[in-house]
Amino acid sequence: MATSLEVRGLTVELPTPGGWVRPVNEVSFTLGEGETLGIVGESGSGKTMLSLALMGLEPHGARHAGEAWLSLRGAGNGDGGKNGGARNAARANLLTISQNEMRALRGREIAMIFQEPMTALNPVLRIGAQVEEAIRVHEPRAAESEIQRRALQALQRAALSDPARRARQYPHQLSGGLRQRVMIAMALAAGPGVLIADEPTTALDVTVQKQILELLAKLRRELQLSMLFITHDLGVVAQVAGRIAVMYAGRIVEEGPVAEVLRAPRHPYTEGLLRAAPRLTREKLVPIPGTVPSLDALPPGCAFAPRCPHRVAECDAAAPELRAVNKNHEARCILVR
Amino acid sequence: MPGEILLEARALSKSYSVSTGAFTQSARRALAVDGVSFALERGETLGIVGESGCGKTTLARMLMRLIEPDSGEILFRGEDWLGARGAKLRSLRRRMQMVFQDPIASLNPRLRVGSIVGEPLAIHEPQLSGEERVARTAEILEAVGLGRDAVTRYPHEFSGGQRQRIGIARALILRPELVIADEPVSALDVSVGAQILELLARLQREFSLTLMLISHSLPVVAQLASRVAVLQTGRIVEIGAAEQVLGAPQHPYTQALLAAVPEIPE
Repeated sequence: MATSLEVRGLTVELPTPGGWVRPVNEVSFTLGEGETLGIVGESGSGKTMLSLALMGLEPHGARHAGEAWLSLRGAGNGDGGKNGGARNAARANLLTISQNEMRALRGREIAMIFQEPMTALNPVLRIGAQVEEAIRVHEPRAAESEIQRRALQALQRAALSDPARRARQYPHQLSGGLRQRVMIAMALAAGPGVLIADEPTTALDVTVQKQILELLAKLRRELQLSMLFITHDLGVVAQVAGRIAVMYAGRIVEEGPVAEVLRAPRHPYTEGLLRAAPRLTREKLVPIPGTVPSLDALPPGCAFAPRCPHRVAECDAAAPELRAVNKNHEARCILVR
Repeated sequence: MPGEILLEARALSKSYSVSTGAFTQSARRALAVDGVSFALERGETLGIVGESGCGKTTLARMLMRLIEPDSGEILFRGEDWLGARGAKLRSLRRRMQMVFQDPIASLNPRLRVGSIVGEPLAIHEPQLSGEERVARTAEILEAVGLGRDAVTRYPHEFSGGQRQRIGIARALILRPELVIADEPVSALDVSVGAQILELLARLQREFSLTLMLISHSLPVVAQLASRVAVLQTGRIVEIGAAEQVLGAPQHPYTQALLAAVPEIPE
């Protein structure tokens, strides 16, 4: 499987009055072409900051280290190869390219959808105009009729019924589910190879969530999309992702095939999340005691140690490395041997 | 007394006007709650599930008398709750309390936790001495798993889960008989939400509460409810024992809701 995105040692630091804190700490993963990697974590785990860093959208004053190599699709996505040839089969490091270069890649090579589409859509512009803009920005010389045609095609691809009528409507006239479809249409309009979906269904009703997840799965197959799917919901990740990375206090603490990790977790935090998650059949929920540590007061060793039922003295000595459970599965816990 | 009815709703309805355009007079009225009837037995936990716009929050607010229904009746402890006034209203009101979704928005940021939690006592039990009030406040804070020292601190010093505990303490300090919890864990992380669900289950036993748990999440309702009512566009489409409704749903809408829940593989 070809690699779409390779992240090595990504660290993001933010300034606070008490010094620098690290919401993302030495994160590494590989996203294969056509693959969906689910990134799971609770609030403060760093999952959203990770995606913002990859999009070049970190908050002002942030600094980062590491590498994030995006494989460029370049030509072949409907523009006739006008300016794609030079970048064909090339890679770009998202963390070192200039703002202008990032702007050229955003939308065209890597795109993102968010939890609340209403905040990402312009309330005073018609839907059609916003999708057209997402295309025009990458193809300033394309004819207006061509741009309009592709905007309608993008809306249709996102399974919006009667796209011509939707294109004339404003965001507030659409339901939450339809707005998320518009966001998906916009994100995919310029043919990116990688889509970052940050809690795209969290604000939606469960029946609408099901439709959006099915749509994303269909688009992933049809467009050979590679997807980074960020969520707090273990049920959602089981449905959409092939592999899962669990984040805690800025680090990936466990990574592996989704079915294996959810059935046989090897990190006590993953295990704790699974026991705390309500299911349709009633069984005793086992909450994880305590709360997520504050980033400016992380414990010296394993960040999960203070809440961990298996804690031993060695846990506080140093932050554990990821250890291999088998060749596809690793966990950041000294109990993995 | 088993089987005693604590609260009964009869044909409750509430409509809102829907604006049909920026400059037109609202022409249409939409029913948010449409002829809802049910009875709540003392000591049970009734889960109310439904998607956004189904009317579950409107229903809760009518039961709390935060909004008036257009029509229908509510009997609370066998008395006409909607018609209650004056001393009767006050004596009934303290027996019914609510826990809200967003603990941040529902706590006054400028008051210390002791004042927030103890305030209902000052209103409903003014005869208590200051000392007695402080003792009752500390006692209920301990019951919800917060230390006595929480009394002197402000809401912002607490995490989301702890703030929800403060909200629960405030709801319980008057020893109500009925607690209506509206999406009590929706704003919380999974690990913390489980703590709150466990707490609600324990408090229900300790305080012999009757609980109405309103949620969009079937798995959350499944953890606590003994009976479940499914609400769709303002109507109860299915109501029954939790195992029945969640295990062998009869209404197509309940079936669709259950089928849409993304399940964690066992």
